Amino acid sequence: MQLSVNCDFPEKLPVSLVDLRQGDVAILDGIDLPTEDARRLMELGFLPGMQITAGRSAPGGDPRVFQVDGSEIALRRETARRLKVRGQKTAKLDVKPRV
Amino acid sequence: MSGCSDCASCNSAAVVEFPGSLAALKTVAVIGPPNSGKTTLFNRLTGLRQKVANFPGVTVEQHTGIATLPDGRTVQLIDLPGVYSLSPRSEDEQVAYDVLTGQRSDTPKPEAVLLVLDSTNMGRHLMLAAPILSLGLPTLVILNMADDLRSRGGRVDLEKLAAELGAPVALVSARRGQGVEKVFDFLAGAMAKPSPRELPILQDVPKCRAWAGHVGSQASYRAPAPPKWTRRLDAVFLHPVGGPLLFLAVVIAIFQTIFTVAEPSQTAVDWVIGHIGNWIASALPAGLFKSLVIDGIFKGVGSVIVFLPQILLLFLFIGILEDSGYLARAALIADRTMAKVGLQGKSFIPLLSAYACAVPAIMSTRTIENKRDRIATILIAPFMTCSARFPVYLLIIAAFIPNRPLVGRFLSMGAAAMLGLYILGFLVAVITARVLKSSILKSGRTPFLLEMPSYRWPTFTSLGLRLLDRGKVFLVRAGTIILLVSVLLWGALNLPYTNGHPPEIANSLAGTIGRTIEPAIKPLGFNWKIGIGLITAVFSRETIIATLGTIYGMDPEANKGGLQAAIHHDLTPGGAFALLVFFAFAMQCISTIAVVRRETGGWKWPILQFSYMTVLAYVGAFAAFHLIH
Repeated sequence: MQLSVNCDFPEKLPVSLVDLRQGDVAILDGIDLPTEDARRLMELGFLPGMQITAGRSAPGGDPRVFQVDGSEIALRRETARRLKVRGQKTAKLDVKPRV
Repeated sequence: MSGCSDCASCNSAAVVEFPGSLAALKTVAVIGPPNSGKTTLFNRLTGLRQKVANFPGVTVEQHTGIATLPDGRTVQLIDLPGVYSLSPRSEDEQVAYDVLTGQRSDTPKPEAVLLVLDSTNMGRHLMLAAPILSLGLPTLVILNMADDLRSRGGRVDLEKLAAELGAPVALVSARRGQGVEKVFDFLAGAMAKPSPRELPILQDVPKCRAWAGHVGSQASYRAPAPPKWTRRLDAVFLHPVGGPLLFLAVVIAIFQTIFTVAEPSQTAVDWVIGHIGNWIASALPAGLFKSLVIDGIFKGVGSVIVFLPQILLLFLFIGILEDSGYLARAALIADRTMAKVGLQGKSFIPLLSAYACAVPAIMSTRTIENKRDRIATILIAPFMTCSARFPVYLLIIAAFIPNRPLVGRFLSMGAAAMLGLYILGFLVAVITARVLKSSILKSGRTPFLLEMPSYRWPTFTSLGLRLLDRGKVFLVRAGTIILLVSVLLWGALNLPYTNGHPPEIANSLAGTIGRTIEPAIKPLGFNWKIGIGLITAVFSRETIIATLGTIYGMDPEANKGGLQAAIHHDLTPGGAFALLVFFAFAMQCISTIAVVRRETGGWKWPILQFSYMTVLAYVGAFAAFHLIH
């Protein structure tokens, strides 16, 4: 089903980190969380403008590991949903042949 | 305290009472982000000359150590908790900030700082350099994990970096000991205040990161390639199907080892303690004092020390899991399940350890940064069926439940009862966690963050030092309370002393107490003998077996059947069920109480926990008794 994702449709563009699948890359746009929590995330590298790669996850996709600023940080869905991304860069996805 | 950040002018904080020999010592703080290898470096510099305590009033551990310089002089090092920033929001950051600014009266203000950063992740880790350098203390910036940086093709110009930061820089590998001599040079040499070229506004995280990036690029920093082996191993350990299976295999392997190794090692420790006891006994004249030393102190403390092999073994496994980096993966896999009861992935391994012993479980909750999650984990850990409950369950089940097959050959009635008790403890833990996390320990919306460190081989030194450290904490910290309770219990069992002989247990103070509380425990189906057993079980749960053996005049070792028969005679089936439920819920373990007090930094939580568990045990036993009665 999801193999047929066509990134030309604007509604298919990722809005937040939750929408990324393993291997997807996106640029962080903003953090929709209280200042203190956003600060904590920024200290770990989740800064607006940073490139984020979605990594592996626990079974079921939650929490998921994100590669950002040289580190790998796992976030729960509820948090990942608050990290908004700029959608233009759903890259890499089908570059490698699927095994 | 009074809001002053410069303590040269602040009298209250500047007056530090410290033993004379230490006052002459130079004090240097070691600080760095989590996963920077800070503790490895601290161990490398101080070796066995370490002391561990709690910062008074908070739950943060204070590690201090003595480093001996090549010229023989010594420096006192304070290992501060791992922090990402110095803005005091968490307890860890508050303590680090207060120590560095000299605002803690229990810790001397450090004269210099060793800032430990991960050289493979310099861009982000350099962010911590900004607040540290702005303190104005002489600082050595240590870029750790130099071996990783080189092998993964990263590089950095140390001279340019030092010029940019206005502070000396050392590239070291604390694990391999490379470059550590530069740290000693810094500690031995004249220390100058740092003079960085520029510093960002500390409150502005993006500006700090931009500054760190700028400094890095000025120092021609080239970030290393992604850790190849970590990615490969994660492909296995975090595989959607293989990951959980491996996780299960790891858990089973740990438990299998603990239960096969702990038993003989426990017997060995018991044997050694018994022989030392006999030896001391033969050297002391008979009388009250001998009885106090042997039956009170020695047996009491001994009954706790027998758990030491098992506790250390658990710490060894937890140490391997943590140092290798697998613990974070295990936490990731377990997170979703734990979230269902309001906890998080990092609570899993501690709670699992609690099936062997609550003491290491509670001590290992230190990996949980979120204080509320940590307290909740500590509060439910003693509900897990620990190994001290096992012999008690075994005795009562054997006395009351016929060993007939229940489900074919696979499950006998006795085994089913045992399994039921394990499930009972687990269910109560889950319910308690839910209640706690939706009331007094509600986490709010603090996001759950879990950093995945690169995989590394654990080193023998670091595992050894950890075992030593935890063993010391258990024996020294828990030991004092255990000693006190041992003496009190001895008094209860051996007083009033008449004509140079201790009283019969029935006439002793404990017997009196047992009879006095009999009306209170009668509704549970217990008589005064069981009452005495419950009192002595405060040592550790299994002590009730020895006590009942004494009361009924049966050696539980020599005459297992006899003790079973005696208990069978004194308890109705309802009473036996009630006793099992009581043991499943009650917090009868002074070691656990002592450790909870230490880990939570006060009496509030252990008292709350003890009261809650005792009330639950009473109500549960009452219900159990009347269910079958």
